[in-house]
Amino acid sequence: MTFFYLAPWIVFFPVIGLLVNLIFGDRFSERVIGTVASIASGLAFVVSVLLAYSLTQHPDAVRWTIGEWIHVGTLQLDWIFRVDTLSTTMMLVVSSVGTLIHIYAIGYMHEDVRFKSDLKRFRRFFVYLNLFIAAMMILVGGDSYLMLFVGWEGVGLCSFLLIGFWYEMDTLGRPSWANSDAAKKAFIANRIGDFGFLIAAFLMFWAFHSLQFDQIFQQAPAIAASNPGLITAITLFLLLGVTGKSAQIPLFVWLPDAMAGPTPVSALIHAATMVTAGVYLVTRSAALYVTVPAAQYIVALVGAVTALFAATIAVGQYDIKKVLAYSTISQLGFMVAGVGMGAFAAGMFHLVTHAFFKALLFLSAGSVILGMERGHHHLAHTDHDEKQDKGRKKKEDKSHGDAHEEVFDPNDMRNMGGLRKTMPVTFWLYLIGTLALAGIWPFAGFWSKDEILANAFSQGFTAIYWLLTIAAFFTAFYMGRQIWMVFFGGPRHEAAAHAEESPRLITIPLMVLAVLSVVGGALNYPGLETLSHWLDQTVAFIKPIEFQMNVALISTGVALLAILISWLLYGRKPLKVGEIDPLQNMLGPIFTGMERKWFVDELYWALFLDRYVDVSRFVADVIDGKFWHDWFHEKVIAGTYNWLSHIALNRYADQLGIDAFFNSLGQWTKDTASGLRRFQNGFVRSYALFVLIGVVAILGYLIFK
Amino acid sequence: MVPVTDYVALSAILFTIGALGVLIRRNPLVIFMSIELMLNAANLVFVAFTRVYNVLAGQIFVFFVMTVAAAEVAVGLALIVTIFRTKHSINIDEMNSLKG
Repeated sequence: MTFFYLAPWIVFFPVIGLLVNLIFGDRFSERVIGTVASIASGLAFVVSVLLAYSLTQHPDAVRWTIGEWIHVGTLQLDWIFRVDTLSTTMMLVVSSVGTLIHIYAIGYMHEDVRFKSDLKRFRRFFVYLNLFIAAMMILVGGDSYLMLFVGWEGVGLCSFLLIGFWYEMDTLGRPSWANSDAAKKAFIANRIGDFGFLIAAFLMFWAFHSLQFDQIFQQAPAIAASNPGLITAITLFLLLGVTGKSAQIPLFVWLPDAMAGPTPVSALIHAATMVTAGVYLVTRSAALYVTVPAAQYIVALVGAVTALFAATIAVGQYDIKKVLAYSTISQLGFMVAGVGMGAFAAGMFHLVTHAFFKALLFLSAGSVILGMERGHHHLAHTDHDEKQDKGRKKKEDKSHGDAHEEVFDPNDMRNMGGLRKTMPVTFWLYLIGTLALAGIWPFAGFWSKDEILANAFSQGFTAIYWLLTIAAFFTAFYMGRQIWMVFFGGPRHEAAAHAEESPRLITIPLMVLAVLSVVGGALNYPGLETLSHWLDQTVAFIKPIEFQMNVALISTGVALLAILISWLLYGRKPLKVGEIDPLQNMLGPIFTGMERKWFVDELYWALFLDRYVDVSRFVADVIDGKFWHDWFHEKVIAGTYNWLSHIALNRYADQLGIDAFFNSLGQWTKDTASGLRRFQNGFVRSYALFVLIGVVAILGYLIFK
Repeated sequence: MVPVTDYVALSAILFTIGALGVLIRRNPLVIFMSIELMLNAANLVFVAFTRVYNVLAGQIFVFFVMTVAAAEVAVGLALIVTIFRTKHSINIDEMNSLKG
């Protein structure tokens, strides 16, 4: 029994959910809004499961047509959902993680200090979330590059809307345009990537006369043999799209700023699902990439360099979400490197496990932030008692007494510390996520990361292997640093001392994700390779890979070493209040470089943005202002027009022509009238005479005509 | 039998006298009489041609004309009486206030 006819409902359910909230949402309470959205997402998950079950019965790809879409010339595209093992894997990840995050968000958005019971905002948030799920499903369920692009743009739009969700404030709730600037940055960086995607799609249509997956992949080997440069160009332009959406070098700069969005958004869109679209795209285009090994190597290199580069930056961050953001970039680098090397199953495997543990980490970080905010809130109310028994930090206490004079940043790890005791559940969940991310056996991250490393090693990509291994070292290090800073030692801020555990609505989805983070590796255990066989039905370029004991030992050893070093630096002697980071002392400018993300933003400003502003200014001042406005419009067009209207039309045509004609007409009427009025003399006999003359004249005419 | 041309000639003479009377005289009573003269000139032609063509339509028309003439004179005299009451004169040349 198969359920392929349900395929369209993966999109329709979220759309129905968002429509219900959009139309009836103003009568709903928070809980109802959240429940409707969660059910919509949950039903999409049920459909995904049914589709996956159907695929076990009927392993070939099913193309379920809904209707006609674009029929222009040779471009024949229909609205088709493609159900195969690859797309179903993505659907399962998106809908399962998405549903958990929907549930979490009901609790989170209520607790968010910026929320202030604005029910419209609450509804808007869940409408956007459902819209995102729908767009993501279109992305992964599309049957052509154009359909994929529709979803690609749709998720980009949702990302923009949700990064700028608190558009009128910055991340600390102060009035500012910082958040909307972050949203614009994400949108513009993605636009550059989308440009690459579009060029690639145009080239594909030019080369293959089609945008449909199967038709392109069938012709790929033949075209690659006759014109390899063209395929290379297509794949590299696709890579530009990937770097935009999946935050790879050089377009990764938007993702850290995207943390301005609410934490569930960071987890759902900017960690688990949307940013992996690039990895999905490369995997989907496997048939193109395998024909051009040079392009594959570039993809792998971009991924590996990004993995290491972002991992080093993560070491120097103090914002709990920024660390995770750079970690996400780094892990996406792992995936891109994996699929770039042709290890499509390994890349997808890491995508799935990363979705679990990174969503877990982000949501736990959200729980930590809420706990800090609660502690801070508590503090503001009982400030006077605090002052009495704790006189040690006069300056800080004073600042809180004066109604938040100094803005409190609940994201800053320098304010945290010792949360292990105040937030035990969150601590354990965070620890599980950390171990999974750091790649410690037997957590999910170990298996997936190891598979990528083993591929790099056994296929001879030595440079990439070492880049990734060093990145894995940094990964374990920054996660260790984070754990020690956040959960161990003593509280470095009164808010941390009074932090409270989050309610169960928030922690239960986390527990589910934690379980998945522990056992997720079972998807593709070496020897079983369930996921590889599953994907092999669609991707067809998956090579079996044996477990490499030495690689596993090296990566585990490196991770343990990194955690040990992080303990020596941050765990053994916890950071004191106001103390600078020990790495700052040891590494000096290098740490500053890490903290300031190697000045990439500044570099981009100097290289591109300032130049762009210069060009814009030149265009505005000289081309537009001086040439077009001052000279062409003012002088040429307006001058000619004025001359024409003033001299030619007004004086000659109007005054002497039309005016004169109508004036003379009026004058003539007046003259005639004053001549004729003489007959109206009032003497009835003269009227009678005229009547007689008239009659005689008419009769005379009739008789003598 | 008197030829029809004689009737028509007489009628024309009567009509001309009537028309001249309307144009020349200033007394509205005389003007009315002149109008009656013109109407009766028309009647004479009607009757004459009735005889020639041996149809009754002309004679019926004459009755109509006489009836209308009587009504017209009644209205006209009433007007003249009213004008006389306001102007104390019925000189037709003094009724010239309706001029352009």
